[in-house]
Amino acid sequence: MKEQTHKSPFVILDMPPKQENLHVPGPYTRSPSLSPRANPAAEPVTLTINGKEVKVPPGTLVIEAAKQAGIEIPSYCYYPGLTLQGACRMCLVAIEKMPKLQTACTTVVASGMVVHTETEEVKNARKAMLEFLLTNHPLDCPVCDKGGECELQDAVFRYGAAETRFMESKLHHEEKQFSNLVYYDWPRCILCYRCVRVCDEGLDVNAYGIGFRGAHSEIIPNQGEKLECEECGMCIDICPVGALTSGTYRYKTRPWELTYTGTICNHCGDGCKTTLAIRNNVIIRANNRDHSGSNGEFLCVKGRFGWDFVNHDQRLTAPLIRKNGRQETSTWEEALPMVVERLTAVIKEHGPSSVAVIGSNRTTNEENYLLGRFARTVLGTNNLDHHRTADFSSLVGALTAADADGRYATIEDIAVASSILVVGNDPTHQHPFIAYQIRQAVRSHDAHLYLLNSQEIKLQRQAKQVVTVAAGGEAESIRALAGKSSTVSDDLGTLQENLRKESGTIIIFGDEIRGSDVTTLVQWGLTLPGQTRFVALGDYANSRGAADMGLLPDVLPGYGSLADSTACAQIESAWGAKIPAVSGRNIRSILQGVESGEIKALLVFGSNPVKTFSLPKEHLGKLAFLMVAELFPTETSEAADVVLPATSFAEKSGTVTNTCGQVQVLKKTMRKAGTRSDLEILLALARLMGHPWSYRTADDVLREIIAHVPGYAIALPNLLVGRAVQTQPAGTPPALASTDLVFSSKDSLFTSGTVSRYSWALNSVDEAKKPHGHIF
Amino acid sequence: MLSDSLLKKFDQLIARYPLKRSAMVPLLLYAQDEVGHVSEEVIAEVARRVEVRPIEVVEVIGYYSMLHRHPVGKYNVQVCTNISCMLRGADEVFEHCCKKLGIKNKQTTPDGLFSLEEVECLGACCGAPAMQINYDFYENLTPEKFDALIEELKKKEPRSKM
Amino acid sequence: MPGYHSPMGNSPLEVKVISKRFGLPNSSSLDVFVQHDGYQALKKALAVKPEDVINEVKNSGLRGRGGAGFNTGMKWSFVPKQSAKPKYVVCNADESEPGTCKDRPLMEYDPHQLIEGIVIAGYAIQSHQGFIYVRGEYRYLLDIVDKALAEAYAAGFLGKNIQGSGFDFDLCTHTGAGAYECGEETALLNSLEGLRGYPRIKPPFPAVVGLYGGPTVVNNVETLSNVPHILLNGADWYSKLGSPKNGGTRLFCLSGHIARPGVYELPMGFPLRRIIEEVGGGVLGGKKLKAVIPGGSSCPVLTADEIDVNMDYDSVAKAGSMLGSGGVVVLDEDTCMVKLAGRIMRFYAHESCGWCIPCREGTSWLKHLFDRFHGGAALANDPDTALDVSMNILGKTLCPLGDAAAMPTISILKKFRHEFEEHIKLGYCPYEKTVVMSEK
Ligand SMILES: Cc1cc2nc3c(=O)[nH]c(=O)nc-3n(C[C@H](O)[C@H](O)[C@H](O)COP(=O)(O)O)c2cc1C
Ligand code: SF4
Ligand code: SF4
Ligand code: SF4
Ligand code: SF4
Ligand code: FES
Ligand code: FES
Repeated sequence: MKEQTHKSPFVILDMPPKQENLHVPGPYTRSPSLSPRANPAAEPVTLTINGKEVKVPPGTLVIEAAKQAGIEIPSYCYYPGLTLQGACRMCLVAIEKMPKLQTACTTVVASGMVVHTETEEVKNARKAMLEFLLTNHPLDCPVCDKGGECELQDAVFRYGAAETRFMESKLHHEEKQFSNLVYYDWPRCILCYRCVRVCDEGLDVNAYGIGFRGAHSEIIPNQGEKLECEECGMCIDICPVGALTSGTYRYKTRPWELTYTGTICNHCGDGCKTTLAIRNNVIIRANNRDHSGSNGEFLCVKGRFGWDFVNHDQRLTAPLIRKNGRQETSTWEEALPMVVERLTAVIKEHGPSSVAVIGSNRTTNEENYLLGRFARTVLGTNNLDHHRTADFSSLVGALTAADADGRYATIEDIAVASSILVVGNDPTHQHPFIAYQIRQAVRSHDAHLYLLNSQEIKLQRQAKQVVTVAAGGEAESIRALAGKSSTVSDDLGTLQENLRKESGTIIIFGDEIRGSDVTTLVQWGLTLPGQTRFVALGDYANSRGAADMGLLPDVLPGYGSLADSTACAQIESAWGAKIPAVSGRNIRSILQGVESGEIKALLVFGSNPVKTFSLPKEHLGKLAFLMVAELFPTETSEAADVVLPATSFAEKSGTVTNTCGQVQVLKKTMRKAGTRSDLEILLALARLMGHPWSYRTADDVLREIIAHVPGYAIALPNLLVGRAVQTQPAGTPPALASTDLVFSSKDSLFTSGTVSRYSWALNSVDEAKKPHGHIF
Repeated sequence: MLSDSLLKKFDQLIARYPLKRSAMVPLLLYAQDEVGHVSEEVIAEVARRVEVRPIEVVEVIGYYSMLHRHPVGKYNVQVCTNISCMLRGADEVFEHCCKKLGIKNKQTTPDGLFSLEEVECLGACCGAPAMQINYDFYENLTPEKFDALIEELKKKEPRSKM
Repeated sequence: MPGYHSPMGNSPLEVKVISKRFGLPNSSSLDVFVQHDGYQALKKALAVKPEDVINEVKNSGLRGRGGAGFNTGMKWSFVPKQSAKPKYVVCNADESEPGTCKDRPLMEYDPHQLIEGIVIAGYAIQSHQGFIYVRGEYRYLLDIVDKALAEAYAAGFLGKNIQGSGFDFDLCTHTGAGAYECGEETALLNSLEGLRGYPRIKPPFPAVVGLYGGPTVVNNVETLSNVPHILLNGADWYSKLGSPKNGGTRLFCLSGHIARPGVYELPMGFPLRRIIEEVGGGVLGGKKLKAVIPGGSSCPVLTADEIDVNMDYDSVAKAGSMLGSGGVVVLDEDTCMVKLAGRIMRFYAHESCGWCIPCREGTSWLKHLFDRFHGGAALANDPDTALDVSMNILGKTLCPLGDAAAMPTISILKKFRHEFEEHIKLGYCPYEKTVVMSEK
């Protein structure tokens, strides 16, 4: 019988496979192009630049060698990590024994080479290139969107060529709107082809081409006049001039009128660093301005454009209290005591086990940590859970059990891995930055990518081997690979064989692998050669942190088991309070309890269980009390007795942990009148309930986490300088009670749970309207 | 849309190369010969056959001066005005062509019969001034020769079309 | 209807080697070719080692006829013997350099000579596939060459096991579609791969990483057409036809203000003055000579006083110009050098691929400057600006097209500065309406 293969809902545009053995080394190609690789392992080469001796690995480009020597050579078309172009000729330098000036960006160092970057000839050439660039360039920097942060403007300022002898009329093409988010202004384009390459090589979207030729050459989008792409805006960010501009930012402001705060994107679990630019307490733009953090200039469409929900006029800005069946606007002064009063009443009447708490996978570690403390010590219940999108707990347990608790790969590790196995998930949509890192590993380090998936996913184009399994067949395949199942297909056999030839494979898995299958995967993975490392893929900014902080009924902060008395004692000593011994309800059991009437009061922080768990809304009506802390009205909040307007990621400080287990600092960027953070809410509620905690800020909580949560003993200074600091959780959490507790929301590139519904930008692009998961 | 013989030619051409994409320019040119210009359908068909995305075809069309995305006349008159021809009076010939056909550079006569284009060196410098009508060379041009030629071509056309 | 006759000259001073079969009836057919020594050289080559073929060509002093004049045998010897990727021979028949029309008769009248040369090149570098990249405008030549290829296949000069030697070689034509830049060898390779004709960064050179990433030899039609004669008559014979280090003969395309325009085969090193005066019959209409472009539009012009030069690569280089592609363009006393410079620049601006800044912006700037200048709106510092802009292009571009645009311009600006001054002074062109119509 013919096995029915799972038909993917994804549309895959006709994209030719990259021809592996037909390497085309041109400056402009769509196949692998010139990109010399320095070999750090080899004996270094010594050369002289401006009289300075420099030692660099062979294969290094002169421009990079100069950088190491602290000498800057101007460049436009050269961009580290992208293929070489030799197009802008800005980087011309004099090299002794060579008849003419050479481009530093395409010349590889040689032993004994003598390079000069500041001779009259070189300086004149630079000036000449700038003069050429300005011939058809509008000289209206004051009104240009890039004014103040334009690489052309900077170069003219530094190297001269301001006065022009160009007396002809300038060529002109009209500005084009490529999409709602991307605009192209031809006269400003200097044809450095960065946008073309980043879209092709970095994003593997390949949405740009070049039209016409000569002085009329222009960048063209893939759909005639329009772009159909991932709308990541990388091209805008990487454009050295104001040729590509953002539909959300253009002409709104000037860079110097903004205040900038570096923080962390709040959408997926990859934790990209981003800089929010604020004017008048409104976010105007997000980009990773200083290119710090592992994501460098990368942000996906959500990170770059999907923050506008923060400014949305439907944001909740005052507490709502249900009066006579209707939610009415109220004040914090009225709402908080009311919450306390109702909760106290329920606990008094029905006992603490009639109360339950559902936390968020987007809020900070500090908030999650306090929420756990609040539930366990103030309310006195372990009825505590959140929407788990990956089984982090089983991963920690399995690695600890195998005595391999250091085997967590960081997000940086992925980009330099030599071998990667991705089981399930669709990183292009669900983890755009990890997908980017994977592509980078393949592109720059010839990494071998292996995929085991039941759907067609875009990363296939980079894969060395793709094993396609029936829907839901990923776990079964892992069991087969581990020898726990007899149904080993030929493909799996080959995969096994291939992986046994690799070393130090990074295994990345989605929600398809959970519970005991995680243990199986870990045990099998550890038998592969080298230091196998693991990444579990969870949705949203802090799924990982929610698990790490013990927002689970049977697991304590740091993955100690509730049943483990030493683990309990450790946390109890930090809290100076007892943790109830009776184990709590998990989220499904909480929701069943709501339906059956056993749960009388429910507190929901930043979560929408009605939607996520398809809970019939009328069940909520059975509750004696429902409190929801949220940014926007949701299906769940509509049924609440009290709705508290919470702050978004932009309006609070704290830390979040990415899906790889790296902690990063979230910085308060702006204020939103009327809102309060979960941290503030919890502190207030605890105080009103007779628990005057001594924390004053999120930092106080963080210090306690570092001191008391196993695996979180991280160096605070590293965190504060903006690094992503890896945690090392270890523990023996109880086994996953039931696999249906773990499932991903399977967001697409353009969705992000509730908040994306309130993003103009994410909803404005046509691609978002295509079948979920449209692939380019 | 495209004739069977052309599609057969497509197959033969593609088979010549180790990489299908190599056949792109020849395919486009032969398709243009048949259709009159590189239409959207031609772009799609060629992209499909040489296994590239349409934008890659569009990029290539934009680069080559012989490929047009818009219809040109049945007879595409291409007059060389580059140096060898210029020295032999090509500018005057070209001006004459404009007058005779009543159109300017890169325009087409209203009946769709003739297009006029000033082109770069055709490789007929020793027979300057030179021109091509479609792919046919005419050398040592004079206004009189040009007029005679145009009249002859017009005569070949069925009256109804004019 | 059009006659397909590449404009040939005819002069008793010619030394006919590659053009020796041109006059024969039906000269493009295999039969005629074979009756006149055709494919004998191939048989001879297949009987010796590939290295011996390379050495023979190297010693003959044959230099590339495409423009750069690199020793052909030397170029072949750069191809690695062992290669994981297939090797290729590409014949550059993109002939687009203004003033040049010599590859056309070679393909029209003697396509088998070219095919024979290509197969020998293929054998020498041990390649098994070749392409003839013909400019799109030469459609009729595609038909002629395709027909010859079919004949050669049928007669066992192409395909598997050629003439029982065990050597396989496939060859086909490829058409361009209008782009001068595709004559530049690496742009040609990109074009042949179905990409925009942008040149590639060198190194790596095509001999090492070329078509589809494999080692590739790119040679001009005329270069390859010479190869059979070298094999047949020996390197020594060939080198002695020309001047030292400049073996053989070459096709010169005489055009412009010359009494007898045409393509003439003359020994390397033949004096330019005699080419104009004796071979071409002097300046058209008995006028005085003003200047000569010795090797196609990319070469610096020589003034009437500078034409006592022998036409080989080294001598012309010494005289400050280039032998280039063999396009000798004669300019009489009534030629406006400003207009000429403008027309040349218009060509390069039109043909610039646009990849790199100095060429893309510089040619466009100069084109507009010259147009304005010649149109009567000349500014006093225009000549200085133009010279400076040209100097800023020269030597700074990715491929030599930038240089090709800058060099003639610089030479005109320097040698004919007074004509520019005159335009400025008068406010109009003193030469307009003096162009001579074709007399034929
Ligand atoms: C802009 C440009 C155009 C060229 N056009 C041609 C051409 O049409 N035909 C040709 O044979 N070589 C042309 N060349 C030279 C080629 O790059 C290359 O040097 C030549 O094909 C090598 O062959 P050869 O060694 O036999 O001369 C051109 C070079 C440049 C820079
Ligand atoms: S927005 Fe992103 S995907 Fe779209 S064209 Fe720009 S780089 Fe490519
Ligand atoms: S749009 Fe910007 S990035 Fe793209 S080629 Fe132009 S200048 Fe470069
Ligand atoms: S990849 Fe994830 S963290 Fe990075 S910008 Fe996109 S949504 Fe934000
Ligand atoms: S010099 Fe630059 S712009 Fe000009 S043709 Fe060569 S690569 Fe293209
Ligand atoms: S940076 Fe070197 S050519 Fe552009
Ligand atoms: S210049 Fe006109 S054909 Fe060459």
